[in-house]
Amino acid sequence: MTLRIEIEDLAKYFGEIKAVDGVSFSVNKGEVLGFLGPNGAGKSTTMKMITGFLAPTRGTVRVCGHDVLTDPIAVKANLGYLPEGAPAYADMTPDSFLKFIADIRGLTGADKKRAVQSAAERARITQVMFQPIETLSKGYKRRVGLAQAILHNPPVLILDEPTDGLDPNQKHEVRTLINEMAHDKAIIISTHILEEVHALCNRNVLIANGQVQFDGTPHELESMSRYHNAVCIAAADVEANAFSTFLNALEFVAEVEALSSERGFRVYPAEGKQITAELSQVVRDNGWQIDSLYAEHGRLDEVFRTLTTNKS
Amino acid sequence: MNMNNIWFIMKREFNGYFATPVAYVFIIIFLLLCGFSTFFVGNFFERGEADLYPFFSMHPWLYVLLIPAISMRLWSEERKNGSIELLMTLPVSVFEAVLGKFLAAWAFTGLALILNFPLWITVNYLGSPDNGVIFTGFLGSLLMAGGFLAIGACISATTKNQVISFVLSLIVSLIFVLSGYGIVLDFFSSWAPLTLIDAISSFSFLTHFDAISKGVIDMRDMLYFISLIMVWLFANAIVINARKAD
Repeated sequence: MTLRIEIEDLAKYFGEIKAVDGVSFSVNKGEVLGFLGPNGAGKSTTMKMITGFLAPTRGTVRVCGHDVLTDPIAVKANLGYLPEGAPAYADMTPDSFLKFIADIRGLTGADKKRAVQSAAERARITQVMFQPIETLSKGYKRRVGLAQAILHNPPVLILDEPTDGLDPNQKHEVRTLINEMAHDKAIIISTHILEEVHALCNRNVLIANGQVQFDGTPHELESMSRYHNAVCIAAADVEANAFSTFLNALEFVAEVEALSSERGFRVYPAEGKQITAELSQVVRDNGWQIDSLYAEHGRLDEVFRTLTTNKS
Repeated sequence: MNMNNIWFIMKREFNGYFATPVAYVFIIIFLLLCGFSTFFVGNFFERGEADLYPFFSMHPWLYVLLIPAISMRLWSEERKNGSIELLMTLPVSVFEAVLGKFLAAWAFTGLALILNFPLWITVNYLGSPDNGVIFTGFLGSLLMAGGFLAIGACISATTKNQVISFVLSLIVSLIFVLSGYGIVLDFFSSWAPLTLIDAISSFSFLTHFDAISKGVIDMRDMLYFISLIMVWLFANAIVINARKAD
C-alpha cells in the first residue's frame, strides 16, 4: 500500500461560514474513495484545497509526498483534476484543448500524440475531436474534462461529480473507465448519487457540515442502516397474525414489521446479526411454506439521511 | 519560471483571439481609425512633412478606447466560465499564466500595429522620411500599448464581467493619458507647486510617448513604460493569487 493523499485537519472558513472544518483522511494506491455528502457539505471546497486551487485556512494536504502549500507545482503535476461542471476553453476543439494540456504537462513529440490519442479513446470522444467544445452536448463536455484529467496518466485523480448530468449509458461508460484505471491510482470521486458507492468505490468518506461523519468501506456504511441484515419473508397460506406472533417470539428477532405491499413481514435481527439461514430453518421446521425470502443489505439513502441531518 | 509554460499559454491565448470574429473586427476597426486619424485629424497631407507623426500622435487616444477591448477577456472570461480553476490546477505558476496571457495580448496588438505598414509605404513613396524615427515610433507605440494592456489585464483579473472590465480599464487608462494633457495640467498650474505638476505629468503616457514618437530615445521613457508594465503585471498576479475562486 502506497500512501498517495494525506489530509490532516483541513479547514476552510469563508468569513463566519465554516465550509470545511477539520477534515482528515488519507487515500492509498488502488483505492477509489467515494466522497459523499449533501450539497454544500464542503466536498468541492475540500477538493479545491487538495488540488491547490484554494488555500486552506488551516491544515495540511500532501499528494505523493509533496505539500500543496510549499510545493504546489509538484502536487499539480501528480494529479489529474476534473473540476465541478468540467470547465474547458469553449472556443477550442477537444483536439487543440488536449494538445494544450499535453504541452503544459510537458509531453512532446510521439508521447504527446500518444497521450492525446489514448485519453480521447478512453474518454470516448474521438468522434468529436474537431468540433468546438461549446457546441458539444453536456455528456461530451464532461468526457472532454475527463480526458483532460487522465491525459498524463497521473498517480492521483480528483473527480468532482464526474457523472453529474449524464444519461445512464454515459454514466455506465464513465464508471467503466474509472474502474479500469482504479488499480494503479488513488482516486477521489465526489458524488451524491448513492448507487455509485457500489458501482465505483471501495471506500467512502461522508462529510456534512464540513466534518467527516463516516470513513469506511461501502459495506460498513450499509451496515449502519437499521435495515442491515433485515429479512423480508412471506409465507403461503398463513394467517397473518399467527405468523407475526410466531416471528416475534423467536429469540434472534428484535422486531417484526408488516410489509404494506405484499403479504409478508420484515424481520429485524437482534444485534444486527445475519439470521437468514436460521430463520428459514425455523420457519420450515414449524411447517410454514415460504413464498419468498430475501435479506437486505441496508439502505444507503437512509444511512445518508441519518448521518447528514441529525447534526444541528 | 518555466519559459515553455509561458509560451504554451501565450500560444493558446493568441489563437483564442482568432477563434471568434472579434480579432478581425478589432483589426479592421483599428486600421480604419488609424487611417482616419492620420489623414483627417492629423492632417497628414497638409503638413507637407515626410514623417508619420500624425499617425503616432493619435495612438494614445486610440489605445484608451481599443486596448481595453483586447484586455477585458484575459481573466474575466476565465472567471466567468470557470476555466480559471482548470488553469490554476495545472502545473503552472500564477506569474507564468499572467505573463503568457499578457504576451499574447501584446503580440496581438503588435500584429494590428504592423498591419499599418501601407502608411509606411505611402510616406516612403511620397517623400524620403527618416525611417529610424518611424521605427522608434513603432517601438514606442508598442511599449505604450503594453502599458495599457498591463493595466487592462490587471483590472480584468478583478471581475468576471467583461463589460465592467472594459469600462474600468478605459477609465484608468484615460487617467494615465490625461494626466499629461495641457488642459489638466493648466488646471493644476494655477495653484499647485511645480513639483506636484511635474509629478503628475511624469506619470502620463503622453509625456513619455511624445518624445519617442518624434524619434528621441530616452532611457527614462523606455524605463517608465517597462516598469509600469511590470508593476501592473505584478499586481495582476497578486489579484489572481488573492482570489482565484470567486
